[in-house]
Amino acid sequence: MKIVIPGISGKLGKMLATELLRRGHQVIGIDKRKFRDAPDGVEMHDVDIRKRAAEDVFRKRRPDAVIHLATVTHLMENSEDRYRINLGGTRAVFEHAKTYGVEHVIFVGRHTYYGAAADAPLYHREDEPPMALQHFPELADLVAADLYATTALWQKPEVNTTVLRMAYTLGPTGHGTLATFIRGPLVPTVMGFDPLFQFMHEEDVVRALVLTVEKRPRGVFNVAGPSPLPLSFVVKQAGRRHIPVPEILIAAALGRFGLPKLTRGALAHVKFPVVVDASAFRAATGFEHKIDEETAIAAYRAAFPITR
Amino acid sequence: MRERIDRLEVPFGKSGVDPYGISKEHLGFFMSILKVLYRSYFSVECQGIDYVPKRGRAMIVGNHSGGVAVDGAMVIASMLLDKEPPRLAQGMVEKFISTMPFGSLMSDRVGHLTGLPEHAIRLLEDDRLLMVFPEGARGTAKLWKERYSLVDFGTGFLRLALRTGAPIIPTAVLGAGDAMPTIKNAYKLGKLLGVPYLPITPYLLPIPLPMKIEIVYGEPMTFDGDGSEEDNVIEAWVGQVKSKIARLIVEGRRRRRG
Repeated sequence: MKIVIPGISGKLGKMLATELLRRGHQVIGIDKRKFRDAPDGVEMHDVDIRKRAAEDVFRKRRPDAVIHLATVTHLMENSEDRYRINLGGTRAVFEHAKTYGVEHVIFVGRHTYYGAAADAPLYHREDEPPMALQHFPELADLVAADLYATTALWQKPEVNTTVLRMAYTLGPTGHGTLATFIRGPLVPTVMGFDPLFQFMHEEDVVRALVLTVEKRPRGVFNVAGPSPLPLSFVVKQAGRRHIPVPEILIAAALGRFGLPKLTRGALAHVKFPVVVDASAFRAATGFEHKIDEETAIAAYRAAFPITR
Repeated sequence: MRERIDRLEVPFGKSGVDPYGISKEHLGFFMSILKVLYRSYFSVECQGIDYVPKRGRAMIVGNHSGGVAVDGAMVIASMLLDKEPPRLAQGMVEKFISTMPFGSLMSDRVGHLTGLPEHAIRLLEDDRLLMVFPEGARGTAKLWKERYSLVDFGTGFLRLALRTGAPIIPTAVLGAGDAMPTIKNAYKLGKLLGVPYLPITPYLLPIPLPMKIEIVYGEPMTFDGDGSEEDNVIEAWVGQVKSKIARLIVEGRRRRRG
């Protein structure tokens, strides 16, 4: 299959491209960032997905499938830019897909779509609406991009659309929100709270994406691997120390004393769990994770050791 | 204690945590405290414990009294300490507890999730033992003189039991109202502290006294329905559960006096 991957130039994109090539697919990358040490065989276009030149790639190459990885998820980025990239980029992907007869589009979203709140259930199902967005406006663009992608299911029925809501990634590349959050030797947690965190090793993430390309399930799916663990367990097993900070102080302390930066809205995600039910995805694709939670944490720990 | 926790039919992972965040380590700590309260402080006695199924989904439905849900804690302890094989009863926690620091931490790690229908259904479909007090916070708010009365039962629990095909184990807890003889509930003060109310006892502090507590489990009740019935049908069945519990309370009181 001929597969276009917008946003390929990340660590996940590289792993995904390598695996798709190995399985005999053609991989065409679109990213305005340079793809350093791109695997041999990737046809690379250094253009912005929202620009005319990206459309040309669709017109000339006529891909069979698109795996849309070009969403900005980290919260340091200026939010207006994020809005433009996440929504404008997603819109461009679906419009080009429709215009140029792409059969299958995979939108790679996040399980944080559901939001973290005290009264949110564990194991969200795909039909639940996003919650607690009012407390976390920084997440609005990702939720909007997810919902926009979902509209393609009825607005563009000729395009087979898969919307994936992926749990956190944790593994040796250090890619992802959770991995970034626990990078330092001290990890702040909100005193009196220890939410479950659901994560999967990046090899399992790649495995899930490859299965999605090959099995082409239509619809919205949560994707998760092993059972979630409380944050303090993750931090300890990763060889870090968690520092419970009273909530009143934490806003002031973050970004100082060697603690990571975190916006206020993100605090809810350190207080309350976001855990998804991924049974529909497993049923549709036969996906099973191969790397359990302890092994994923150990791999992360080995790649990012803390030297005392 | 560790041996009994190891015998629970709960799928703990390598880190000793189950898919709902129940941790073996926390459970062991929590249960060692409950054991002292159960055996020595309240010297709890159980009747009809065999009515609780050895395995598979079931819903323990009980009466509330005594300010701070001592009754729930003792039901949990009886299932772990006196039931053969031991079972983990999982309660549904008021939302205000989940928002408080340490509240969710203490409840989640030992299996008591926020009281949401989604949680109840999922636990029952996972063949867990659910513990429900349909009187809710109005039940624990009963004053000493009302301790053996029953306030309105919600109907949600019955629909959930029907939907999941879980038998209901009607249960009476006696003595929790004596342990915490509430003379008045301070609602305004409670609000300031972020709880629904604060029970005031003759000795002021909301600390339970070492009174004997008795738990009476009744014969399982099942109803022929799927949870989609009209309100009046459901209310009639809820009425049956409620009067069964009322009968267990009356019989229990007679035994206590005699």
